Amino acid sequence: MSPTGAVSGSGPARRLLSARNAVVAAATALALMLPLFGSNFFVEFVMTRTMILGIAAATIVFLAAYGGMVSLAQYLFAGVAGFMIGNAAVAQDAWSKGLKLGWNPWVAVVFALAVTTAVALVLGALASRTTGIYFLMITLTYAVIGYYVFGSITPLSGFGGITGIDPPGLFQDHPVRMYLALVVLSVLVYAAFRAVAATPFGIALQGIRDDPVRMASLGFNVSLHRTLAFTLAGFFAGLAGVFNVWWNGQIDPTSISIGPTLDLLIVAVIGGTLSLEGAWLGAFVFVVANNYLRNLPLVDRVGITEARFSTVVGVLVLLIMVLSPDGLAGIIERVRSGLSRPGRPSETSRPPSPPSDAPAGAAAGAGP
Amino acid sequence: MLPGWVPRAAVWVPAAAAALWVLVLARNTSAGPAIREPGEFVVTLLDGVTFAGLLFVVASGFTLVFGLMRTVNMAHGSLFLGAAYIAHEVQTNMVGKDANIDARDVSLLAWILPLLAAGAVVALLGLLMQQLLLRWNQGQDLRQALITLAISVIAADQLLAHFGGVAQPLKWPGTVTHFFEIVGERYATSRLFMLGVALVVGALLWLWLNRTRMGMVIRAGVDDQEMVRALGINVTLVFAVTFAVGSFLAGVGGVLGGSFAGSVAPGVDGAWLLNSLVVVIIGGLGSVKGAVAGSLLYGMVVAFSPAYLPAGYTYYSVIFTFALLAVVLAVRPNGLYGRVE
Repeated sequence: MSPTGAVSGSGPARRLLSARNAVVAAATALALMLPLFGSNFFVEFVMTRTMILGIAAATIVFLAAYGGMVSLAQYLFAGVAGFMIGNAAVAQDAWSKGLKLGWNPWVAVVFALAVTTAVALVLGALASRTTGIYFLMITLTYAVIGYYVFGSITPLSGFGGITGIDPPGLFQDHPVRMYLALVVLSVLVYAAFRAVAATPFGIALQGIRDDPVRMASLGFNVSLHRTLAFTLAGFFAGLAGVFNVWWNGQIDPTSISIGPTLDLLIVAVIGGTLSLEGAWLGAFVFVVANNYLRNLPLVDRVGITEARFSTVVGVLVLLIMVLSPDGLAGIIERVRSGLSRPGRPSETSRPPSPPSDAPAGAAAGAGP
Repeated sequence: MLPGWVPRAAVWVPAAAAALWVLVLARNTSAGPAIREPGEFVVTLLDGVTFAGLLFVVASGFTLVFGLMRTVNMAHGSLFLGAAYIAHEVQTNMVGKDANIDARDVSLLAWILPLLAAGAVVALLGLLMQQLLLRWNQGQDLRQALITLAISVIAADQLLAHFGGVAQPLKWPGTVTHFFEIVGERYATSRLFMLGVALVVGALLWLWLNRTRMGMVIRAGVDDQEMVRALGINVTLVFAVTFAVGSFLAGVGGVLGGSFAGSVAPGVDGAWLLNSLVVVIIGGLGSVKGAVAGSLLYGMVVAFSPAYLPAGYTYYSVIFTFALLAVVLAVRPNGLYGRVE
């Protein structure tokens, strides 16, 4: 089975009808109808946050699954976009830090995304000649330097951050609209990533992931492909950052520090870094755990309180990484393939491998 | 491909511009041009070298572990912070005061004993982590990085729960906290003491790696692990010892860094993970020589950029850390002494 599902010969209509797409479509329909029956808190808080984190985490998954690059800089890009919105959109007479340019919010969005994309291009070009663990380290360094840049350069923000950032009138006082927009955006981002993966560029990117030396000798510009993929992911992460800052109404350097950076990686890891859908699944699990864990009976008896949520998250990631590096999606896939093919050898100890297709698609192809 | 002079120009042009700026042009900065204010220049230089010593102690443990085992220990900063807290506990107990500890209260023993205790505990913790969580997935570097990252999150949270968000004191011994005069400026002896400890650590590390049998095995293992294994050498033992030593170095760095700052506070773990990362990205992962070079370069940038930026613009100094990183990455993606794999 090909990683993209696009190289195989079946017709376009047949491809659209795969089990994977059916599951995604059903989930989308459910998410769009949610405001009809879900509680306000669940829709406007839990699910809205899930969508924001999902989009941002999907950019990590895209880079990891199709480019072989595990990036810790994605939350930084969300933060850059947020800070740019904060600097550009907050009115001049507002009591806040930042440049306070007082632009129209939509102009601010264009500006923020342009800056974010440019930053991603430069940082991507610098990191593009490395892969694997080196790439992870460099992007983590970007993230931490970004924290200090916004923290210490006081005209841009300072450690206190920018407050009083209003969303445009379309979303102001309409949290359900913002949620629905995020659902639509999630679907668009998801579709865009899958479409990009099926283009000649995406195929070359996957070739580079599997064997950069061979692709280079075939005449492909390896670092250019990596840089462009990184830039694209940075753009979408910036998009998530725009909604994040609208939703929060404020942004400060602590919100892009090493903690939230790891949280986002953790979201991607929970979902499984090899399947795009897993990003939203991971975000959902993360946000639900964040909000509802304290409500479970007896939980506070074993020392799990809201204040110690980081410990819970850390233990969760530790367990996932120890048991199954492919995350929840990997666990689901293994259970399914184990059911359909009992004799299959265990995959627990395999090294990071090219992405298998999403769980649903794999199961559809693996019937006896 | 770029023509050959481009990377060289990328190094020499900024370096020459910076030198010219520091020497004659840097008016209206807190330090002033070096030809007019040689004292300020020497002080900044000493700041850079002494901070580089601290950087080296921390980063050498990080790079040693990676060089041999290909494990990027993201919990290195947590070991640093944990050691600093342990030293704080031991020191406050020995001094017998909880708050307002002054360096004069601290005897030399009340600094060295906390140092050794913290180093030993942290070395043991590191060893435990390696044996339980890293030994069986050797070679899966991303998985190991994420496992240690998870540990760092747990450790940061637990340390915060135990020690709280308020900075806790950790002091140099009174015997080293003096000032002396150099080119008309006062300078703190404790910074030179820190450099001295770093030099001792560096010398011991060099002796261990170059003059002992185990050091020989480690150097061989860095070059070709399979071959070392095939020769019948107990690599598992060497791995365990190396990880313990790497953790011990993080611990010594933590006590030095805590004493240097005068206190221990949450968030230091992330800052020192960053410092270690910057040093090894510049110097090249896995190379002790690279750790020396990376520490010196980064230490100089950290010392010089705030001192020689125009007054009112010193907050841009963080940009220079990034610029250093960018130049090194552009010219040598694997660091100054890193190997292409």
